[in-house]
Amino acid sequence: MNDVTAVPSEAAAQAGGTDGDDILLQVENLVKYFPIKASGFFQQREHVHAVDNVSFTVRRGETFGIVGETGCGKSTLGRSIARLHDITSGRIVFDGQDISRISQRRMRPLRREIQMIFQDPMGSLNPRRRVGSIIGDPFAIHRTASGAERKRRVQELMERVGLNPEHYNRFPAEFSGGQRQRIGVARALAFQPKLIICDEPVSALDVSIQAQVINLLADLQKEFGLTYIFIAHDLSVVRHVSNNVGVMYLGKMTEVAPADKLFTLPRHPYTGALLSAVPLPDPDHFDQRQQIVLVGDVPSPIAPPTGCRFHPRCPKAAPLCVSEEPLLEPRLGDEPAHLAACHLPMAEGENLTDFRPTIVAAERVIESAGILAPDADGRADSDGNGAGGGSIDALPTSREGGKA
Amino acid sequence: MSMVPEVAGEAQAALAVEAGEPIPVGRKIIQGRSPWRLAWERLRTDRAAIIASGTIVVIILFALLAPLIASWVGHGPNQQFIDIGEDENGNPVGPNSIFWFGTDSSGRDLFIRVVYGARISLSIGVLATLTSVALGTIFGLAAGYIGGWVDALIARVIDVMLAVPFLVVAISVASIWRPSFWLVIFVVGVLGFTYPARIVRGQVISLKEKEFVQAARALGAGPLRVMFVDLLPNVTAQVIVFGSLLIPAAIVSEATLSYLGVGVQPPTADWGAMISDAQGYYQYGYWWYLLFPSLALLITTLAFNILGDSVRDALDPRGGGIYK
Repeated sequence: MNDVTAVPSEAAAQAGGTDGDDILLQVENLVKYFPIKASGFFQQREHVHAVDNVSFTVRRGETFGIVGETGCGKSTLGRSIARLHDITSGRIVFDGQDISRISQRRMRPLRREIQMIFQDPMGSLNPRRRVGSIIGDPFAIHRTASGAERKRRVQELMERVGLNPEHYNRFPAEFSGGQRQRIGVARALAFQPKLIICDEPVSALDVSIQAQVINLLADLQKEFGLTYIFIAHDLSVVRHVSNNVGVMYLGKMTEVAPADKLFTLPRHPYTGALLSAVPLPDPDHFDQRQQIVLVGDVPSPIAPPTGCRFHPRCPKAAPLCVSEEPLLEPRLGDEPAHLAACHLPMAEGENLTDFRPTIVAAERVIESAGILAPDADGRADSDGNGAGGGSIDALPTSREGGKA
Repeated sequence: MSMVPEVAGEAQAALAVEAGEPIPVGRKIIQGRSPWRLAWERLRTDRAAIIASGTIVVIILFALLAPLIASWVGHGPNQQFIDIGEDENGNPVGPNSIFWFGTDSSGRDLFIRVVYGARISLSIGVLATLTSVALGTIFGLAAGYIGGWVDALIARVIDVMLAVPFLVVAISVASIWRPSFWLVIFVVGVLGFTYPARIVRGQVISLKEKEFVQAARALGAGPLRVMFVDLLPNVTAQVIVFGSLLIPAAIVSEATLSYLGVGVQPPTADWGAMISDAQGYYQYGYWWYLLFPSLALLITTLAFNILGDSVRDALDPRGGGIYK
């Protein structure tokens, strides 16, 4: 990613123009549950708690990164903001307008302003339609241009994103992965929207192509003053493109901070664990680093753990973490933009491998999942019960005893 | 090794491109082809498909030119030849130079009647299939994409229709209204929509989770646009394959109804009705009476079936797979 040229903060400054507090999108207590089939006729209907009480704001012209493991709800969050899902509760205010409850019909004009770029560059393009017709879709749907005019504008878009306009009549299968993602970008760009939700736009591409697409997105942001919500699981990509980053775990926002703060001074132990897993180019350096290996799977989002959802895997977990849900607020005297949902936030230079949970094993049993947590020494149960369970194993993997 | 000739060569190549000269020999022009084009090319090289479609073209020509053939032979389809078309006991006459396929029990030319029968069979086969496919596609798209109670309702209707025997419904409907050409199309077409509807519904349910459907919705496409612009092109191949296999089935259904007397009514020439008439005769040596209409029906349905199979092979991207 070293060859990425555009610096997002510059773009933001240029695009924003006005003061830095110009809020484009405000998400308040967003909740999205998916009902799943109940096993019995009279049983209560169960829900997947995909997004649970998430709040954040996105300023005009900035890039807001969202990171998290697979299944943490980040894509659902993105699609809920684009109103592809009806939300369960909460509020989405876009450009001063509450769009959380409006009908799909009334949402239509707003779709020009909120666009999406999808992860799978093959799956997001209709295999049976020609590229010109796919990129021309926005014009056709909103009846803004037709015939020769539509073709001209589509070819302009193709040229802008670095595609050959002569390939107007080709099918998506005739393009490479990177080119297909450019098609997706061109389509999202048709109306020069205010907000583009990028749902893992580069995850399916190889690294050199990732850089090209990220550069393209950065150039476009500069040129058109776009605002991005950038969803990804690749921390280095998110760090590079984002002004602010939100970390999600199991449907919750665990930490929100300016990108440089989040990566240099993480407060939430989950953020710390994620950061310790980022690969480094230098193998010696990588080996020496303190690495926090989270043991076990993410608990079921159908019956999430009580209190802090990270407590079954957290090395710092204390009884308070089980009983009380931490609020997303500035911790340890942080600036107001740096929020963490943690009772026991990490201090600067703190080594997570030094900690052992102070909650007793019995309390860490996740009742609904029926999984036993490990013993107090932090090791997984040898009898196999702990295999899928929520526990953390903080392993210093280094020749120097964990200190990088 | 020297740089100079290479550079010169490149410059020449650049000049050639600028001048619009043809690309040097040996460089193959790679041309993008649509999925339909590819399918068509596969079909064109399939010998069974060529023979089957040739047969179908001949049958269609017979059907279209039936009046011409009749005037050329000089026998009308319903013209009775009491003098030469029947023997002394009033029974059918075997094939001879005047009546190539022999005559039927009323002294009519069986050849001309078989030719005219092709009109009925083909038109009902195609129209009923179009009805089935159109209904099936619309209901399948609606059930699959909208889901919920719409899906539940359509799925239950399909289940009920599949559970009720086709002939029982057809005979009841024909006995309520007067049996006619259009009634046969209605009955065969409407009762046949269940299969394409189920296929389309299943396809749509898997397709609607694809990101391109989400992308269309994110662009602001309404449900109708998603169904007919985004989803329909992705199910057309299956619909065409199923439709081409539905034509012979519809032809047989029509013949069955006419055989039972609830289809096309006499004196209209129809293969099913002719087979039914022949029933009382063939065991007494009047073999031609049964043979020629049956043969016409057999060849027609066989040709459509083989063509349908070839169409499926051509449209299937895994063409030439394990079954070949």
